[in-house]
Amino acid sequence: MEVIRSQKRTPSNDTVSNPKIPLYLTAPQMEVRLEEFELFAVDRLRVLKGVSDGLARGRNPKEMDDLVDTLWKEHMRDPDASLMFNKDIISHFVLRLVYCRSDELKKWFLSMETALFRHRFRLQNFEAQRAIVGEFGLPYKAVTGAELEGLKERLGQVVRSLGQISPTVEAVYYKVPFEEVPDLVASRRVLIQKGYAFVAGSQLVSLVVTQFRSHISKALILTNRKWTTTIREREKDRLTPIVEALSTSYLGPDYSQSTEYAEISLKDIDQVAKSSFPLCMRHLFEKVREDHHLKHGGRMQLGLFLKGVGLKLDDALAFWRAEFTKKVGSERFDKEYAYSIRHNYGKEGKRTDYTPYACQKIILSAPGAGDHHGCPYRHFSEDNLRAALGRMGLSSRGMEGVMDQVRNKHYQLACTMTFEAVYGTSCDAGINHPNQYFEESQKILKSKTPPAPV
Amino acid sequence: MTREEIESREDESMMDAPQINKPKPEEFFNVNYLRIYYGNLFPYSDIHKWLSYGHDGKHPGCDEYYFGRREFSFTLENDVYLRYKSFKNASSMEDAIRSHFPYKIDIGAVYSVDPDKRHAYSQTGSNVFTPVERELVFDIDITDYDDVRYCCSGADVCSKCWPLMTVAIKVIHTSLTEDFGFKHILWVFSGRRGVHCWVCDPKARRMTNEQRSAVAEYFRVYKGNENNARKVALMGYSLHPFLARSYVDYLKGFFEGELQATQSIFSTKDKYEKILAMISDEDIQSELRGKWENSARSSLSEEAISLVRWEQLKNTLQSKKHKAPTLRMCVEEIVFTFTYPRIDLEVSKQMNHLLKAPFCVHPKTGRVCVPIDPNNCDEFDPLAVPTLSQLIEEINSGGSRMDVDDDSDDSDTSLLGKSVKFFRSSFLEPLLKSCKEEIESSYKTKIGKSKDSLSW
Repeated sequence: MEVIRSQKRTPSNDTVSNPKIPLYLTAPQMEVRLEEFELFAVDRLRVLKGVSDGLARGRNPKEMDDLVDTLWKEHMRDPDASLMFNKDIISHFVLRLVYCRSDELKKWFLSMETALFRHRFRLQNFEAQRAIVGEFGLPYKAVTGAELEGLKERLGQVVRSLGQISPTVEAVYYKVPFEEVPDLVASRRVLIQKGYAFVAGSQLVSLVVTQFRSHISKALILTNRKWTTTIREREKDRLTPIVEALSTSYLGPDYSQSTEYAEISLKDIDQVAKSSFPLCMRHLFEKVREDHHLKHGGRMQLGLFLKGVGLKLDDALAFWRAEFTKKVGSERFDKEYAYSIRHNYGKEGKRTDYTPYACQKIILSAPGAGDHHGCPYRHFSEDNLRAALGRMGLSSRGMEGVMDQVRNKHYQLACTMTFEAVYGTSCDAGINHPNQYFEESQKILKSKTPPAPV
Repeated sequence: MTREEIESREDESMMDAPQINKPKPEEFFNVNYLRIYYGNLFPYSDIHKWLSYGHDGKHPGCDEYYFGRREFSFTLENDVYLRYKSFKNASSMEDAIRSHFPYKIDIGAVYSVDPDKRHAYSQTGSNVFTPVERELVFDIDITDYDDVRYCCSGADVCSKCWPLMTVAIKVIHTSLTEDFGFKHILWVFSGRRGVHCWVCDPKARRMTNEQRSAVAEYFRVYKGNENNARKVALMGYSLHPFLARSYVDYLKGFFEGELQATQSIFSTKDKYEKILAMISDEDIQSELRGKWENSARSSLSEEAISLVRWEQLKNTLQSKKHKAPTLRMCVEEIVFTFTYPRIDLEVSKQMNHLLKAPFCVHPKTGRVCVPIDPNNCDEFDPLAVPTLSQLIEEINSGGSRMDVDDDSDDSDTSLLGKSVKFFRSSFLEPLLKSCKEEIESSYKTKIGKSKDSLSW
């Protein structure tokens, strides 16, 4: 791809067959204007951010299909189909440069591009889908005849287990090694026998998404190599500043450096937890005080939050030590827990300064037996959530509004409503990070108390 | 070492145990016992043969450096932890173990380069230090069932709750063989309160983290902790064939039979309230509660009461299950909650996760981590597994050969010999046979290809 200054664009010699969704297999041989380099990327970023948002709100697949359709039309459409196609490709490759540069960026980009691809694929008709499957060159054959007959009963069971009362076993099933469709295996949406999954025509999307994901993942590693060895230096006066700006412009504040509002000391921590912590962190904090222990997921979620809130390493060690030694003894604390607390502050191991988790990440976590992390709006039963909200001081009317959001799976909106009910103000930006909740809360509380006399 | 010497050395009990320990009547684990064990009993060459997967250097297609790229880790006395250990061959592994006498040995992945030389390679380019092969592993620990067992909790295990592990083995093993087509599966007692599973097929060893995660999720049914009441939610109009088979072949029978006898899950108010909470309909809950509160002063045994109440619950739900989708499979949900395997997902999902080696000795119980026969797991009794002190006793009374490594002798009937023999005949031999075939066939293919490229 060649980036040129504002000039008349030369028409691109595109691929002969023009499938609706490009697979981004090779970098395009075309010229791109410098302004388009950035503009196209920003538009695609808006789409990816919208996808990310939709996933965090727990939208079901059909809702995501509609969302993607809307987002694409809004940001990526062009009356000229081939121009739209070019924008699609160019924007993808530019964002590869932006998001190849760290593990966290790669992970995010890979998830969002894969989700985008999945939903765009689902929106295609069956013929277009089969064409795309063909492009990947997958060798799987359809199951027919006696083999299909023998499987029919169990295939019907699978369909019924997914919520269809009268099992319509589809006409076409593909016999595919189970490794090729991990998401279908994980959600038990396919029959598996002797290492093979029987994938329905309507489930083809899983097959291609796995291929797509694997390809993009490898490509990102190569792109990163090229970036660090040649491109970054060569383009330091032209593309590099644009690329570097593009990634930070998306991710809002990551709260890894606490601001002046948010420095708390150990002696204030109980009071501050009651007044300013969001529900997820209040719960974890209460559990630490109660059980004198937390499992790993909880330690990470709360520990990093406390770091973002301004708890210094020494105070953090003192806090966890004071609690844990009530249960495990001080020697064991030093051996097993102190190390990972220092690790979180970037003082051990590969010295990464870990950032506190945003709501998106917390909502998507999977607390299991003995865990207390996660998002209470998502992971608590209704009764437990009501009780917890009651302890935060919500009236029964306020609670109904929140529970309503929860029922519709709008967990962050539920938290925002809780915030508004507790502090009596509106929060237009919406809560998307526990540390944001904390900072906003502290702002309000500090503005209400007069400053201490000097 | 004489018996007198063993008995007179100092009490060296292990690390700070956080929970309250039962008083130990006898010494069962210490560094001196370990010396004897690793000096004479640990099956070094069997472990080496296993982890070499046929790369013994005898065939031109072998990768003689394969074993050397496997990570091991040692946990020593005083909790000193040594990671990224690797060994060229069986004797250097043996030398290292016999110089450290580790309290625990873990097996990690096979990496792209020798773990102990990983810093010699830069992190970019094609020599990046990364895992390339690793068995598909599972870890089932009975403490994850604490909310459904009433006889023990925490680190304890007894003959009443161990059957939960037996059922778990049956369900998972059947699925691994029938659904996933795996053939070389080793089940091992974890030494105290659980079991480990090692799937060693080449296909399994090459699985990516995403694929491992998918298999772990396929097995996952129980989702939750004390914050939600209904931890098993079976939606849809029927069970997936895997769950249906598990239910019909193993879970239902176990729940209605052995479990009622050992746990009496309906016999007291506390116990049955927990089950009522799983029924998402207040009216049904009240109806059943009413029946059971009134019959509290019955003269039947705990087990009989439980069975009667279970029948009542089933009948009530049967007639009312169309009231709501969440009631459709409520009966099955209850059975699954009490009996279905609960695996530790994190252990299975990542290639670089370390897992304790078979034939280690558990420091808290002194028991050897012996293999379990999945086709005979009903017979396995965790409280009858040989302990270090029993093995030492056996040596002293001349009842066992000192050298378990001699694999030509099949007549060894010693305590440990039985387990080693089982390991060899049921697992190692079939595995090695299949590995050799694979090495040979892929070698032939390679030769064939290069021959073709020379043809005009």
